[in-house]
Amino acid sequence: MSRRPYLRKIERHWWLRHRRYVVYMVRELTSLFVALYCALLVDGLVRLAQGQAAWEGFVAAISSPLGVLFQLLCLVFATFHSITWFAVTPKAMPVMVKGEAVPPWTIVTAHYAVWAALSLLVLVAAGV
Amino acid sequence: MNETIALEVLRYNPDTDREPHFQRYAVPYRDEWVVLDALTHIKDQLDATLCFRWSCHMAVCGSCGVMINGEPKLGCHAFLRDYRNGVVRVEPLDHFPIERDLVIVMDDFMAKLSSVEPYLLVDAAKPLGEGEHLQTPAELNLFKQYAQCINCLLCYAACPQYGLNEGFVGPAALALAHRYNLDSRDTGKDRRAEVVASNEGVWECSFVGACSAVCPKGVDPAAAIQQTKVSASLDWFKAFLLPGGRK
Ligand code: SF4
Ligand code: FES
Repeated sequence: MSRRPYLRKIERHWWLRHRRYVVYMVRELTSLFVALYCALLVDGLVRLAQGQAAWEGFVAAISSPLGVLFQLLCLVFATFHSITWFAVTPKAMPVMVKGEAVPPWTIVTAHYAVWAALSLLVLVAAGV
Repeated sequence: MNETIALEVLRYNPDTDREPHFQRYAVPYRDEWVVLDALTHIKDQLDATLCFRWSCHMAVCGSCGVMINGEPKLGCHAFLRDYRNGVVRVEPLDHFPIERDLVIVMDDFMAKLSSVEPYLLVDAAKPLGEGEHLQTPAELNLFKQYAQCINCLLCYAACPQYGLNEGFVGPAALALAHRYNLDSRDTGKDRRAEVVASNEGVWECSFVGACSAVCPKGVDPAAAIQQTKVSASLDWFKAFLLPGGRK
């Protein structure tokens, strides 16, 4: 009787083994597009500061078919990211009222409500 | 009623085997049998050398965790009827060294569990004469769910972060730390923070959420970890950014 513990290596494609790991990987990927879109917004600000010509160039670039396609892609990924994030918010931020947990759906719904309100605010501010 | 069901069990004998291999057994099929019953049948009737852990047969002791068709489960909590007409593959829990057959080495977890001091820490013990430490149902509700952990380690087997970095303190230990941090009688939060809020503590977690999906006791370690991240960040802000903060 000897001890010789055997450690099995984790497979390289471990995340293909179960749906929940695939969903996780997709979600991680979507954050890349969220970050890219943030970079685009920052770039827009920089161009704005550089004056009218730079700004108009920026607007022309994002209105081109390629620019629109990129933004659509970002929108899809950001939406996926937000929906999956909202779905887990009750875990990260449970709310207790009078010693009882507030039902998770209330917290999720509150997030959607804030999202809708902020979007509306942005649309109004943009004069749409 | 001679129906049988095939079990493929991962075998590893440190004395004779270079590496683990699967062995197939045909076990009588019974509607009311769980995988643990099938393993017991093998050991009693077919092959006494098969080695596995169990004790309570009722999802309480936490010793019978195995991978069943790739999913971490309690052997006593997984019915054969859910695998009828297929093969049941039984392996030791992922991410842990195999001691023998289905038995894993859990020293790493035990060390991590003690590192978070999962018991009441009290700065100044109240003299006995002053009576019990009372707790209201509301205060109990704050942590009750996290107190249900049976240390079965299914969550560690499900967690890819633990698989990729064995330094990670891991779901159950962090959930138990959270359980005591939330306890109104406990004052050990800052002490536990050294482990819990370290890089290999909650910050190693990228919220895959698999731990909570496989937990047989509804502990939801993923929730405990995210809440700990929130509270650790708040503590950090308080300590470093607010005037008169700690440290
Ligand atoms: S948190 Fe759940 S899965 Fe993890 S050890 Fe505890 S009871 Fe088992
Ligand atoms: S034998 Fe105790 S939990 Fe399964």
